[in-house]
Amino acid sequence: MAKTILAVDDSASIRQMVAFTLKGAGYEVIQAVDGQDALDKANYHQVNLVLTDINMPRMDGLKLLELLRKLAHYKNIPILILTTESGDEIKAKGRAAGATGWLVKPFDPKRLLEVIGKVIG
Amino acid sequence: MSTDLEQFYEIFFEESSELLADMEACLLRLDVNSPDLEDLNAIFRAAHSIKGGAGTFGFTDMTEMTHMLETLLDRLRKGELAVRSEMVDAFLRAGDVIKAQLAGHRGEGEADPAVAAEVCEELKKLSDETQVPAPSETVADSGIGMKAIPVETDIGVSSNVAISEAVSERDVAKLTFRIEFSSSGMGDAAVENLFANLKRLGSLGDITSVGGKDHKLKLTTASNEEDVWETLAFVVDPANLKIEVATQCVVEPHSSDEDSAAEPFAGEDEFSIASMPPAPGYGFFPGAPAAPKDFDDSESQLSSTPQQNIHGNKNETQNVTNKPSSKVSASASASETSSIRVSIEKVDQMINLVGELVITQAMLAQTASQLDPVVFEKLLSGMSQLERNTRDLQESVMSIRMMPISFVFSRYPRVVRDLAAKLNKRVELKTVGENTELDKGLIEKIADPLTHLVRNSLDHGIEVAEKRIAAGKPAQGTITLRAFHQGGSIVIEVSDDGAGLNRGKILAKAKERGLPVSDGMSDQEVWLLIFEAGFSTADIVTDVSGRGVGMDVVKRNIQSMGGRIDIESALGVGTRISIRLPLTLAILDGLSVAVGDQMFIVPLNYIIESMQPTANDIKTVSGHGRVVQVRGEYLPVIALHEVFNLHPNVTAVHEGILVILEAEGHKAALFVDDLIGQHQVVIKSLESNYRRVQGVSGATIMGDGKVALILDTAALVLACQQEMV
Repeated sequence: MAKTILAVDDSASIRQMVAFTLKGAGYEVIQAVDGQDALDKANYHQVNLVLTDINMPRMDGLKLLELLRKLAHYKNIPILILTTESGDEIKAKGRAAGATGWLVKPFDPKRLLEVIGKVIG
Repeated sequence: MSTDLEQFYEIFFEESSELLADMEACLLRLDVNSPDLEDLNAIFRAAHSIKGGAGTFGFTDMTEMTHMLETLLDRLRKGELAVRSEMVDAFLRAGDVIKAQLAGHRGEGEADPAVAAEVCEELKKLSDETQVPAPSETVADSGIGMKAIPVETDIGVSSNVAISEAVSERDVAKLTFRIEFSSSGMGDAAVENLFANLKRLGSLGDITSVGGKDHKLKLTTASNEEDVWETLAFVVDPANLKIEVATQCVVEPHSSDEDSAAEPFAGEDEFSIASMPPAPGYGFFPGAPAAPKDFDDSESQLSSTPQQNIHGNKNETQNVTNKPSSKVSASASASETSSIRVSIEKVDQMINLVGELVITQAMLAQTASQLDPVVFEKLLSGMSQLERNTRDLQESVMSIRMMPISFVFSRYPRVVRDLAAKLNKRVELKTVGENTELDKGLIEKIADPLTHLVRNSLDHGIEVAEKRIAAGKPAQGTITLRAFHQGGSIVIEVSDDGAGLNRGKILAKAKERGLPVSDGMSDQEVWLLIFEAGFSTADIVTDVSGRGVGMDVVKRNIQSMGGRIDIESALGVGTRISIRLPLTLAILDGLSVAVGDQMFIVPLNYIIESMQPTANDIKTVSGHGRVVQVRGEYLPVIALHEVFNLHPNVTAVHEGILVILEAEGHKAALFVDDLIGQHQVVIKSLESNYRRVQGVSGATIMGDGKVALILDTAALVLACQQEMV
């Protein structure tokens, strides 16, 4: 069965680009527009990986991370955060909140697949 | 794999436009004295999102500008800098530049790089010169002055507890770490890079390499264990890494040459990322849930080294006490989940089809009405249900084209703000009824006339503060934009509490221009004079208004939308201009009139009255046709059967009906056989279905399936005026 990825980003263009890329590589993709939406969807679906933006309205990616890690079925699911080049602060916070790793924004589709391949192969 | 990014451009453009509009709205409501953190966050988020998209899709000019914006905004929301009004101005200008850049990428015009550079420079200056001394992000070489981060991660290092104690005293102390790691699977260059980076943290000593691949070393540094760990863990497999705190010493034991050797790296952290082309741009946190264990392929190791360069930046992170939690106003994202983008052509096609359906239904209904209701009871009840369903369908399809007027209103806070500043007036803009919906076509057309009215109100209506106070009014003027439904139309009002129109001045000006005026004219008639072409009573011509171009154009634009404009004004109290528009362009309120066996539709908004004249009212002017006297005024008579060369049932004017029309300030009487009734008709373009016909603006299909032409009232009246002259 295809692996499922939850892609969280408030920017429709980025999110759709990510979804398009991942679907092209054979992944199932569930899209969420912010942390709250992602949390709701995570409650309904079991995904194999979460890829989340940080800066989002309603609930940001860090809060999402924190809450996801409290869910039994998300304790050991890889969660990648999207940061900017200078986002060291975010990396530290992401790590503290339980992120598995980070991916720098902007990224190209190839790199995205490369990173995801490393995590869930 | 290569993805064609272009397919996402349009989404990005739309999204960025929306974000820019949001950003501007936030900026305008931002109170400089007590900025709302939520607003600052929202502005930051907008800039951030645009930057992310611009970077991904390769619009570098936008990336640069948004980056500057983001940098300054980030400091503002963290409270490192105080918000000042010139910053808001700079943000607004930056927003304009990004808008222009966006338009440029869309192929609609070109952004001026000089302006962009200027705004960039200004933003940079604002974020640099006012730097609050405490946290400096330019300190790049080592962690001097860092405060402890209470990061609690289980990173599986044996001396965790000891370290956190040591860390607490780190302000005064440097630590010496004993580090052991294996560089198996790493290239030589990676190892060298790693050592260079470690040197940047502090001084290295006692490096011993065992068997080429295993390394033991001591590092004395002011950085905390976290940093050292991260520096190494980015490159070295955490399984092969061991770090222990050896000693804690206040004075650095030896300052070796290696310190200075590391210095060339200092200060280049942020930029080194961009200049390292093969950076993988990702990493995993050691010990984190589900982190890949075999993260050791040489490419990413090699190139992940530059990531450590940015660690010098860390000290800015620890100052954040006010972590922005984004909680409210998800309206943007909420609307996104519940809406889809459909091209306007599809919607119009659907509206057209529903129009056809309505006509078919009406035809059926007419045929069915001749049937015996007893015999055909079921058919007739089915017909009435069909009529109901058709009406509902038509209404809901029409509503697709409807948009809230807030799309137009939202641009005025900016207009008012800029203009008020320019004119040195204090003005508040109030908007009421932003959710009132009207046709998208009208939304686009109403914006310019409305802008003109708002500017006029501000320039001519609202007085300067001193005058207002002297007149016993509050120093701050108010302009109110209001939209509401009334009957089958939408009313948009622009009102101000300014000086009001000056009757005497307008009359004097009209006389000066040789317009036919008298002192006995009603106020309403006097106010309408300002719609005359080239009319201005402004004493000084400013670049805002006063050149008299405008109000006549405004009136013409409103009329071309099938609307009308009215003015109410009281000297010293204010002015209210109301625009009345039909709900949609696709449907017209019309009066159907008969000439011979033909039916014509006269748009209702041009009609003043209908009357049956007496024979005495009609006068024939030699060579100029006939005129009719209506309330002391002589109006030319347009005989519709003559215009279209038809055979009328009545030829004597006093036996038929005169419909009094007004268009573009001129009146005329339209002579027809009979009035039939008032209809809402679906407009079909004659041009796209046949060709343009003089005096006809379109056609519609009536209930009986016959085609009725819609009269181009304005053209008829004007043509008649020219004949009379």
